[in-house]
Order: sequence, then C-alpha cells, then structure tokens
Amino acid sequence: MPEPLLSLRGVNTHIAQYHILHGVDFEVPRGSLTMLLGRNGAGKTTCLRTIMGLWRASAGSIRMDGRDITRAATPEVAQLGVAYVPENMGIFAGLTVQENLRLAARAGEPEAKRLEWIFGLFPAMKTFWNALAGNLSGGQKQMLAIARAIVEPRRLLLVDEPTKGLAPAIIANMVEAFRELKRTDTTILVVEQNFNFARSLGDAVAVMDSGRIVHTGRMDALAADGALQTRLLGLSLDSHQ
Amino acid sequence: MTMQAAAPDANRIIARIAVDWIPLALVPVLALAALPLVGSAPTWVTLTVAGLAMGMMIFMMASGLTLVFGLMDVMNFAHGIFISVGAYGAATVLTRMRPQMEAGSLAADLSAMIPAVLAAIALAGLLGWFFERVLIRPVYGDHLKQILITMGGLIVFEQLIHVVWGADMIPLPRPSAITGAFILGEAAIERYRVLAVIVGLAVFAAMWLLLNRTRIGLLVRAGVENPEMVESLGYRIRRLFVGVFVAGSGLAGLGGAMWAMYQEQVTAQMGMQVLVVIFIVVIIGGLGSVGGCFVGAMLVGLMANYTGYLAPKLALGSNILLMVLILLWRPRGLYAIGKA
Repeated sequence: MPEPLLSLRGVNTHIAQYHILHGVDFEVPRGSLTMLLGRNGAGKTTCLRTIMGLWRASAGSIRMDGRDITRAATPEVAQLGVAYVPENMGIFAGLTVQENLRLAARAGEPEAKRLEWIFGLFPAMKTFWNALAGNLSGGQKQMLAIARAIVEPRRLLLVDEPTKGLAPAIIANMVEAFRELKRTDTTILVVEQNFNFARSLGDAVAVMDSGRIVHTGRMDALAADGALQTRLLGLSLDSHQ
Repeated sequence: MTMQAAAPDANRIIARIAVDWIPLALVPVLALAALPLVGSAPTWVTLTVAGLAMGMMIFMMASGLTLVFGLMDVMNFAHGIFISVGAYGAATVLTRMRPQMEAGSLAADLSAMIPAVLAAIALAGLLGWFFERVLIRPVYGDHLKQILITMGGLIVFEQLIHVVWGADMIPLPRPSAITGAFILGEAAIERYRVLAVIVGLAVFAAMWLLLNRTRIGLLVRAGVENPEMVESLGYRIRRLFVGVFVAGSGLAGLGGAMWAMYQEQVTAQMGMQVLVVIFIVVIIGGLGSVGGCFVGAMLVGLMANYTGYLAPKLALGSNILLMVLILLWRPRGLYAIGKA
C-alpha cells in the first residue's frame, strides 16, 4: 500500500451529549479509492464531517499529508485541497449550475479544459449550464455536487453516499465518473451503503460499526469473502445480486 | 483558456432561470385594486407615490436585516438602533449646515445632504461592527440569547443617544430643493417622496448588481442558502458575515436618515417604532431574500397609505393582515430561499 494521504488515530467525536465516534483509526492511501462502509448510524457521516472540521474531534488526531488538521477550521481543511460532497449534496439551489461551479473554483474562473473534462463526465452539466440547480433532478444534483468538488484538481475527495436514491442508470454513470477520477490519481474516500458500487470501485475498505472501525483491508478481499461481509455488514454480496 | 471559451452555446441551453414574476405583479395589482376604492385619480396618484416612497425607505432599512437573518441565522432585534443612530448622524450634519441649506440652490442643498447621508451610513456601519463583535459573536446559534442581548443592546444604546444628543426630539430641517410639492395633472406630489423612490431604486439596483454580478455577491447568495457548504468550499463565512452586517447596518443608517428627513424630526425611539414594520417586510419577502424584501416593502408601503386614507382605524392592522394573507399563500414568504 502507498503512503497514506490521510490518517485518523483514536478519533473521538461528541455531538452535544452523544458520543458518536469511539477511537476511530484508519488510513486513506494516496492515489487510491477507499470505501468507508457500515450500517446506518455506524458513524460514517460523522467521520467525514470530523475530517472536514465541521464537527470537532474531542480526542485523537487527524493528519493530512503529515500535517495535523485535528483542530483546523473547515475553510483551512478545504484550502489544503480537500473537497467534500455531503450526503444531502449541499448544492446551492438558488444558484445556477454555472454559479455553483464558479463558486467552487477558488483560483478564479474554472479552466475551460477542466470544464470540458467535467462535461465529458456529466453531459447534463453542459445542457443545464444556466438552469437553477434547485430545478435539476436528483441524479443531476448529485452530478453537480461531484462536478463542483472536482472543478479544480483536489488532493482528497470526501464523498458521502453518492448513489443514495439514484436510479441504476445514474449509478452506472457515477461508476464511470469515479473510474475516470481514479485514472487521474485523485485520492478518494467514499462513504457508501451500496455494496455493488463499493465493490466495483474500491481499492481499500474500512468498515465501521457503532462508532468504531471494525475492519480494514483490500476491497477485493472483502468482496470475495461472503462470510466476512455477513459478519461486518449483515449482508453478503450474493444477496445483492 | 477561460471559462467563457468552454461555456455552452446559449442557443443549446435547454433550461433557463425562470423568474417568478407573480409576487412582483402583486404591486401593480394592489395599486390598481385600490383605484376604484379611492375614487379620485389624483388622490390615488398622490397615495401611490407616497406608498412607494415609504416602501423604498422601509426597503433600505430592512434589506440589511434580511441578509443578516439569512446569512447567519441571527435574530437582530437591535437593528432599530442603527436606524436611529443614522438619523441622528444625519441630523447633526444637517443642523450644522443649516445656513447652506437656506441658500436655496440645489448645489448648496446637495453639499449638505451628501455629507449628512455619508455620516449616517458611517456611524450606523461603525455601530454595526461594534454590535457584531461585542454582542452577537458570542451568541451565534442561540436564538433566545440573540433576542435577549440584541433587545438589551437596543435599550442601552437608546439611552446612550439621550446622553449624547439629549432626550428631546430634534426638529430636522429639510433642504429647500426637496421641500414642497409639484403638480402632475391634478395630483400633488411631494418632491421628497420622488427623491426617496429614486434613492430606493438606486440602492436596490446597486444591491442587485453586487449580489448577481460579483463574486462577493455570489458568496453571499450561497452563504444565505448553506453557510456550512460555503465553508467547505474554503471560504471564511464569518468574515463575509461581518462585512454584510456592517453594510446592512450602514443601509439601515441611510434608511434612518431618509426616514428622519421625511418626518422632519428625530427621536431615539424612531428605529424601535419602525422595527415591527421592518420585521413584517422581512417575513413577507422571505428570510434572506433581497428581492422579496424589495417587493414586500412596496406592498407594505402601499397598503399602509391606502388603508390610512380609506379606513384610518384599520391602518395599524392592515400590514398584519397583508402578512397573514401572503403567508397563507406562500408560507415561507414571497421569494423563499432554499435554506439547507
């Protein structure tokens, strides 16, 4: 495995009086796509939000490329090259597709070449360039959320449940988009519940349960081990097919 | 290469932004509905211009508050003090420049009015910066504390106005060039009301351009919808908020100066007195919506003037009734912002 770009050591997170993460330890290898799996309420979203600085870790450390970002504010984390696609997509419904993308390009206007690449991944972004983002379909909103995250080259993408509520054809489009992203050597951490999606893209995997990491390893190894899937996730790949 | 080079051909764009004209159409609908009730066309013209002028002044006072509400979810009940302080700032300058204003020339009037308005904006903006830093920053995210501390701040600063400027009402001289009325057909129209409409439209146009044609405006609009996501894109929303708060306070000061010249007097309570109407406008327009605030202010201004003429006893309740009707139709206001 290559050297990790992101590493979490003993991370604890409290939200009000609730103790959500209990000493989370895992690494995201550089240039790989790591899947963070687990049942509902396992703490996956909290984990991403803690990395992003949206919730503060009460103990432990988070390091990005060797730099401690445990106490870093969200804009600081983003400025290190971390892009975040939340579960609700976080698109600005009252802004157009164009404005959503312009806002995400912190260096100024997005580069034409980069935009053409994005339009190749998600043609709907070109079609609906001047449409209000709030008027897009669910799948198009998800495409916009991801397009916004990659409008400039990023060092790390954090994506929370990109296939949630999407039709199979759109999910197939997402798979292709993530494959293309992998070809650019972007480091990606995806929270996912769709095991087929996870299996088709993941290089590495971490599985969470009750706020703890209960398994880390290679995705293909987990995909090949039905008994392990059943133990960790409550379902085996066979039951998904 | 720039983004323009890659931007899709305008002819190929399928979906375009649909502007919601219905709330805006309510303004002429309300005005035309009042015409048969008022009966006399000249009276109707006078009332309509008065209503629009009042609406524009309310818009200036309310626009900052709606952005502060929308951007950081702050309930600022102290907004009225920026109006009062702006009015006192303008009054101080105008009182000292009384000899110039009595010269009777437009140039002399402007040489008094422009510094007065600038003083109002600067004083209210400075006070806004102080409020944000000292009173509001410690209570982000806690509405109850925001209401209590901003109400407390309003009361304390009203008393401080008495200390600095005295407890008595200050009569405010209005420059001669904008005093009196002119006759249009058979309708008498006050010059000052026309000026208020022009200034209000200019402020709205400037805000529209700022919000829709600049990167700062893009950030403000995005921040009103989802501040957390703006931070996740790498922008420091707090800095933006301070800027919006100061600008909103300055606008309230401008509105206060215009309102004081309209009433030709200044009191420490004037901001507090107009605060209820401002909240009605902000709610009618949709929290965080400058366009909604603009339309809401015009509706409130017209409604207050028509009912004040037709049924004076109903004048106070008419705007509450307007708010109820609009919220029954659109529960989140005329131009609801899709907040995350």
